[in-house]
Amino acid sequence: MKTLTAPAPPPAPTGPAEVVLTLEHIAKSFGDNHVLRDFSLDLHRGENVVVLGKSGSGKSVLVKCIIGLLRPDAGRITVLGQDISTLDHEAMDQLRAKLGFLFQSNALYDSMTVRENLLFPLRRQWLADRRGKEKELVQQALEDVGLGDTAEKMPAELSGGQRKRIALARTLILQPEIILYDEPTTGLDPITAREISGLIREVQQKYQTAAFIISHDMDSVRLVADRVALLADGRCYAQGTYAELAKHEDPRVHDFFI
Amino acid sequence: MFKSPFLAETGAIAQFTGRFFREGFRPRYEVREFLYQCFVVGYQSLPMVGITGFIMGLVLTLQSRPTMAQFGAESWIPTMVGLTIIREMGPIITALIFAGKIGSSIGAELGSMRVTEQIDAMEVSGTNPFKYLVVTRVLATTLMLPLLTVLADAIGLYASYVGINTRGVTTLALFINNILSGLTFADVLPAFFKTFFFGFAVGIVGCYKGYYANKGTAGVGAAANSAVVVSSLLIFIIDLLAVQITGLLGLN
Repeated sequence: MKTLTAPAPPPAPTGPAEVVLTLEHIAKSFGDNHVLRDFSLDLHRGENVVVLGKSGSGKSVLVKCIIGLLRPDAGRITVLGQDISTLDHEAMDQLRAKLGFLFQSNALYDSMTVRENLLFPLRRQWLADRRGKEKELVQQALEDVGLGDTAEKMPAELSGGQRKRIALARTLILQPEIILYDEPTTGLDPITAREISGLIREVQQKYQTAAFIISHDMDSVRLVADRVALLADGRCYAQGTYAELAKHEDPRVHDFFI
Repeated sequence: MFKSPFLAETGAIAQFTGRFFREGFRPRYEVREFLYQCFVVGYQSLPMVGITGFIMGLVLTLQSRPTMAQFGAESWIPTMVGLTIIREMGPIITALIFAGKIGSSIGAELGSMRVTEQIDAMEVSGTNPFKYLVVTRVLATTLMLPLLTVLADAIGLYASYVGINTRGVTTLALFINNILSGLTFADVLPAFFKTFFFGFAVGIVGCYKGYYANKGTAGVGAAANSAVVVSSLLIFIIDLLAVQITGLLGLN
């Protein structure tokens, strides 16, 4: 498959939008289960791309390949100009500081308070310019997600929606250039899900981050997507804006939009 | 191809241990987390280790008294109990208690962190979870168990002194003199060194079981359980090896 010609992404304020993430011919199997066969996609700065797919179609595998938790069997992943298969552990850690990842399960450290959860990535990355400003950064990240007063609570004391917000705050605190969302609205009630979708939009507008969003919640997809790619049979089956795909004739695409 | 689960597991633990030595001594060093783990592992096992050590010394003394009295050898009780505690009972009982308390908690903690993707989250935030979680814990158990053993030995000997004084009268000075006259460095040092290996075994097995826990809550329970079972078994095997090696070195 050739590199895809995407419909023009929303123009970023700083000149033409550069490509920040390229997936080329990604394949990944677990035994005989060929989850990804030949998946290619580009992501531009400041753009929200939603990858849509049925459960078990390999969406989570895809996003874990990007962040380096899994290694693809074939294909190339280029993040911010660096081919991640060539990076050693240290270089990968440095790159990860520019990559945010929101886990489906939130993955908050349950032995730490919210503040310590947010401080963890901050302290682990040796960013000299952020030294001494940790307190403000934590407060800023918490306020970005609308939970300024929860810093001293334990994750277990929070509701599902609040935990999702804290997880997002922990992702935001390093001010990443790309955020990967793994099913950000799964398991939330429709109202909270809509709030989280709104938050994803706000983050995009405020920080000009690119977002790679895995989802099958069509309500959320409609709200957050600049571009939608459909993952089926382990490849990028179709892509376009939400409106374009909603009018698509192929029944496999159309079924998602009913 | 025939594949024995036992051999596969042994190989996997050996590989895990190899990774510990490869990664453990390269920077960056997680000093803060290591000190915190020393506190958790060492300080919080103190009450358990103290109580078991005390009872061990007391019971040994009270039990051996009638037999020794038959031979008119009551004055040898301190020497005998001292040797028993320092050479064998102190290290092994402390290690088993330690495996039950610390091995299971490490297995359960890392297991639930694995299951809830917290270990992945650490990796994503640019932290090597193996170093941060495994290396610190294994080093802490390796260094803390010997200290706890020395403490348990001391408490056990004191309990023995108390036990002797329930039936007769002995001064502390005579009691200690009696013990020391029967002890050589060949008794103390091998017993002390083997506890490092006991502690290492508890840490490595607990971490291995937790780090590779299967998905789901059942996986966490299984990790905690098998961490205790396997590390207790390993403690006995190491003990057997230790006695063979000290024998070959002519120290028995």
